[in-house]
Amino acid sequence: MIDPATLVAQPLVAPGVYEVSRAKIREFAAAVGETSALCQDVDAARAAGYADLVAPPTFAVVPSFRGLYEVMSRVGAPLHQQVHGEQGFTHHRPIVAGDELVTTAVLEKARAVGGSHFLTIASVVSDPTGEPVCTARSVVVVLAGAA
Amino acid sequence: MSPLATPTQTFTVTRTDLVRYAGASGDLNPIHWSDRVATAMGLPGVIAHGMLTMGLAARAVSGWAGGPDRVVSFTVRFTSMVVVPDDDAGVELTVSGEAGEPGDDGLVPVTVTARCGEQAVLGRAVAHVRVA
Repeated sequence: MIDPATLVAQPLVAPGVYEVSRAKIREFAAAVGETSALCQDVDAARAAGYADLVAPPTFAVVPSFRGLYEVMSRVGAPLHQQVHGEQGFTHHRPIVAGDELVTTAVLEKARAVGGSHFLTIASVVSDPTGEPVCTARSVVVVLAGAA
Repeated sequence: MSPLATPTQTFTVTRTDLVRYAGASGDLNPIHWSDRVATAMGLPGVIAHGMLTMGLAARAVSGWAGGPDRVVSFTVRFTSMVVVPDDDAGVELTVSGEAGEPGDDGLVPVTVTARCGEQAVLGRAVAHVRVA
């Protein structure tokens, strides 16, 4: 693991484009108990004015964490040492099936406390034209004393 | 009068739910499915993904607001771990909310409380929802 402070303020782009599928929206909705017809039924979503199925609000973790994983892989912290401390999402519009999303993430802050590291990571999920769809902020704690 | 009714929601979380969430979200961290790794990391046992707790809380907010598309923002702190036993009963998560007055942007702030038993598992959890 590198000293995370050396990565602060360096924007990192997650490789490729994340294509949002109907199947993934339905699967994620089932995993969080979301029963809204907007997440299940294309006709209901279209009747509500959306192009396709609407993702549950925290589905944004899927595209936004592509950026977070990019930061964490540069840091070199093993997955099992990472604990989620905080999470926030602001949606500029709902994510819908068919969206093609790109994610940029930046390590905003790195704080070392007693051998653990508190990392604040900001991610912007955008459409292919660069229009932001969702912004996310995460605090990940990299625990000291890995087994 | 509150602009939004927020009836308390209860969710049961079992090991099966953790596996389902791991697959759906792509979060394969073994502390959410391996007792061996979880205890080696000093945890009391396998813990729920913070994002599963947040996802269930968001599902409650979505229900109160009238749809998942109405939840404009949601921010939480994961203040306490949800330990999920390797049995059929799992643990119960109770999500309650309190709506405030709409802001200048028309969005209604909802302060969310999530408890596992007596323990609050989310802190400073606030959603902003569109109600019209």
